[in-house]
Amino acid sequence: MGFRELGITVLQKKEISVTMILVATVLVFYSIQPRFLSSLNVEVLLKITPELGIVALGVTMLMIGGEFDLSVGSVFGFAPLLMAVLLGSGVNTWISFAAVMVVCSLIGATQGLITVKTGIPSFITTLGGMLIWRGLALVITGGHPLYFTPSQDFTYIFTGKLFPFVYSQLIIFLGLLVILQFILERHKFGNWVYAVGGRRQAAEAMGISSGQVKIILFILCSVLAGLGGVIQSARMSQAMPNQGSGLEFDAIAAAVVGGTSLFGGVGTLIGTMLGEFLCRVIENGLIIIRAPSYYFRLYIGIVIIVAVIGNLYIQRRTVRMRVRK
Amino acid sequence: MATPLVEMVNIHKWFGSVHALKGVDFRVDRSEIVGLVGDNGAGKSTLIKILSGLIPPDEGKIFFEGKEVHFRSPKDPMKLGIETVYQDLMVVPYLNVYRNIFLGRELEKKVGPFKVLDIEKMKKEVERLLGDLGLRVASPDLPVEALSGGQRQAVVIARAMYFKTKLLILDEPTNNLSIKEARRVLDMVSALKRAGISCIFITHNLHHVYPVADRIVVLNRGVKIADLKKSETTVDEIEKLIVSA
Repeated sequence: MGFRELGITVLQKKEISVTMILVATVLVFYSIQPRFLSSLNVEVLLKITPELGIVALGVTMLMIGGEFDLSVGSVFGFAPLLMAVLLGSGVNTWISFAAVMVVCSLIGATQGLITVKTGIPSFITTLGGMLIWRGLALVITGGHPLYFTPSQDFTYIFTGKLFPFVYSQLIIFLGLLVILQFILERHKFGNWVYAVGGRRQAAEAMGISSGQVKIILFILCSVLAGLGGVIQSARMSQAMPNQGSGLEFDAIAAAVVGGTSLFGGVGTLIGTMLGEFLCRVIENGLIIIRAPSYYFRLYIGIVIIVAVIGNLYIQRRTVRMRVRK
Repeated sequence: MATPLVEMVNIHKWFGSVHALKGVDFRVDRSEIVGLVGDNGAGKSTLIKILSGLIPPDEGKIFFEGKEVHFRSPKDPMKLGIETVYQDLMVVPYLNVYRNIFLGRELEKKVGPFKVLDIEKMKKEVERLLGDLGLRVASPDLPVEALSGGQRQAVVIARAMYFKTKLLILDEPTNNLSIKEARRVLDMVSALKRAGISCIFITHNLHHVYPVADRIVVLNRGVKIADLKKSETTVDEIEKLIVSA
């Protein structure tokens, strides 16, 4: 492989533009305030990113399959609340956790079934879900936070500090990332996800049940959202009714910045991971340089647009370069 | 006479109050290329959708190799070896060539207890197939969207050859192609015939199908108005039939 070939291969990675923006952003914050890369702050970033990143993984898989889930933020809040209620009434930690995961998969299955069977856009189904699960969370708690007190082994397994810089939730996040990325690239289910999102009619004509594929993705999405919420509550020892609000758009932003298409059929989880780190770096960096916190959304907005334009431009160039060869 | 490969008898289809097919008989023999011709709205697509399992007929029977069959989904005809290629809709643009060819029937290998895609084998098979079709695609890794229209048809035809299809249904395969590429597709259809694969070639352009077809069937407003062996007719005769109908 010559230098030109290598260059094309690298540029063709959809993660290239988000990687460049991430590196540039880190350097900017570091040059303004060197404390940004202090071991303490890096540890904070590695601690808070995974619980949100786990949610973005599910959202990305679903987006590749051609659907959206706007309910993940609400499920992120609802799942730990439900678990807190179970724990509060004396149910064993692991049984409550299993029950909550089952409830999350039922939420995903319901939203998926409604979307697939009625043919209404998932944007609408899950917008409904977003309001329903958040509303239910508020009804259960009356708007007050609940104590979240699982057994110690549970807290350690999901949020324990294993080594310097390395928390359990980071390992869980990276583990899920590797498994799901492997499925996307090396398992036939991954091929079906790309096909269903890329061109549903073609996938169906080849005998793939697009409805089944999508429902599985909806379930995955809700389960990962619930898992992320439980991890956050375990870390903070409380479950808040407004936990995870706005997360649905953060997750979509992370996916899109990382090269996932809003129209389905295109995307990688590595890109989403980088996109998620980018969002958290901007959020945390603005605090470190003492910018008013209101700037966060403004910068994320700019980054989304720049990253997507970057992706598009690079993709077009490389396809032309390869065809011309 | 030998049993036809496929025989559709007295097929009726209504869409609401529209009588789209009015008792059509249609048959394809082994290693035969049948041109299915007619204007827009003649019922060509409806007939083919029934044969590929996308919609059920309201009346009528379908026989495959002499046995009556009932198609409930596109999977059923595929199991028998009937593949349909819709106008440029059969490939997923962002997936690469080999992932498209093996879509839904991926080659797998076992790694421990898990089955994973056998990417090396799929790539090798694709290179061999495209070589057989005399087609040069830069790489099986290329996304299909980067290919020309003719090359996309080749991908689909390669798929049919690999999976030992018995009948390939091509819906307007030469639409939007340059003359040179259309020629290529016709050559590939002839190659299919030599490999023993029957073919239904749907088009509204008689001149595209005439050079390769063995038989021409003309539909008009849901009725079969002609079913002629090419050896017993001429382009002019069929053209007159279409125009005067």
